[in-house]
Amino acid sequence: MSIIKLNNQAVKNATSFGSISSLGSMVFIKKLTASSSATLSFVDGSNGVVLDDTYKEYVFTFKDIHPGTQSKFSFNGSIDSGSNYNVTKTSTIFVSAHNEADSDTALTYRTADDLAQSTGFQNFLSYGDNATDNDSCLAGTLHLFNPSSTTFVKHFIARTNSHDPTDYSIDSYVAGYMNTTSSIDAVQFKMSSGNIDAGDICLYGIA
Amino acid sequence: MALVKYNDNSISAISSAGQLATGSLVPIKTLTASSSSTLSFVHGTDGVVLDSTYPIYKFEFINIHPATDNVEFQVNFRDGSTDYDATKTSTFFRALHDEADTTTALAYRTGGDLAQGTGFQRLNEGIGANGDQSVSGELKLFNPSSTTFVKHFMGKFSGCNAGDREDTTYVAGYCNVTVAIDGVQFKMTSGNIDSGTIKLYGIKDS
Repeated sequence: MSIIKLNNQAVKNATSFGSISSLGSMVFIKKLTASSSATLSFVDGSNGVVLDDTYKEYVFTFKDIHPGTQSKFSFNGSIDSGSNYNVTKTSTIFVSAHNEADSDTALTYRTADDLAQSTGFQNFLSYGDNATDNDSCLAGTLHLFNPSSTTFVKHFIARTNSHDPTDYSIDSYVAGYMNTTSSIDAVQFKMSSGNIDAGDICLYGIA
Repeated sequence: MALVKYNDNSISAISSAGQLATGSLVPIKTLTASSSSTLSFVHGTDGVVLDSTYPIYKFEFINIHPATDNVEFQVNFRDGSTDYDATKTSTFFRALHDEADTTTALAYRTGGDLAQGTGFQRLNEGIGANGDQSVSGELKLFNPSSTTFVKHFMGKFSGCNAGDREDTTYVAGYCNVTVAIDGVQFKMTSGNIDSGTIKLYGIKDS
């Protein structure tokens, strides 16, 4: 009894087999894991990193970022493949904060950590620091839009939550633009002081 | 008895087969409310994955509609037992604008935060139960399987308030525990979740 019969010529003349380039719109690119690291850098074309016109939006995720020294997690961009991280930025930052003792809350703009045409690193949090307690860490995301544009400034939007040394939960909102019409081809992360003791940073492209 | 016969030449001219590049946002489980008192995602149950498989989990909420008017949609986390009572410290603020265009506000809401509380975490304020009212949004949970660090969560919601206004709420905080979170439960402050969909995704890191 023959149940299925395939014809000998079924796909005989096929010369190529179509590829499916992506089954999802969020595409993993690279993970960097801190281990007492002074900096973690994503440089286009280096170690498998893509940070060019392949995607119009890139997302960095932060998992369990733990500092070696009480300080602030921060980032900067580069227009020269990581030779210098000093792109001019103007930004805003505000926080929502609440302590474990339930004695303080805040929803406030933070002038101490915004930037006005500054080339320095942008802090991800304010109203406190990243704590070095063994169980303390920071988590969140950073979106970077169209970094390869040579026409427009490059916008970024971040949201992080962190555990502060004085036992605050700090929900921080950072946004701004890299005020350059050169392509951003690298992004670097570091603490404002000391090393990134542990944690993962992943880079994704949004197709 | 030959069931299937392949001819040697059937795919003779194919020189390569395309590689599948899967997306990094992986659907795990969808729960649909139907007069449900709770909706729970428990690792290892009914196909739910909520462990070290993914570093970040994302819940999406689509048209969560309460059975009772003017109630809050809430979340809690399971940390080692069958109870949803993980200790949490959190923040909560809200922007609002009414349909009559008479009121706007942006303010921290102490009624929505927790300070080392084990109760449910509010995700919005006062959802209306009219037929067309609901709340939608998203909630991210970071590295729930960690036994070293606290577990951060962050959410943003758009709700149609019982007072006929938009409530946009922002909630964030951490489960202040160093045991793994292996279950997440959602419910209303009062009454059932009449309808709505919650989707759980994992975000890959490789």
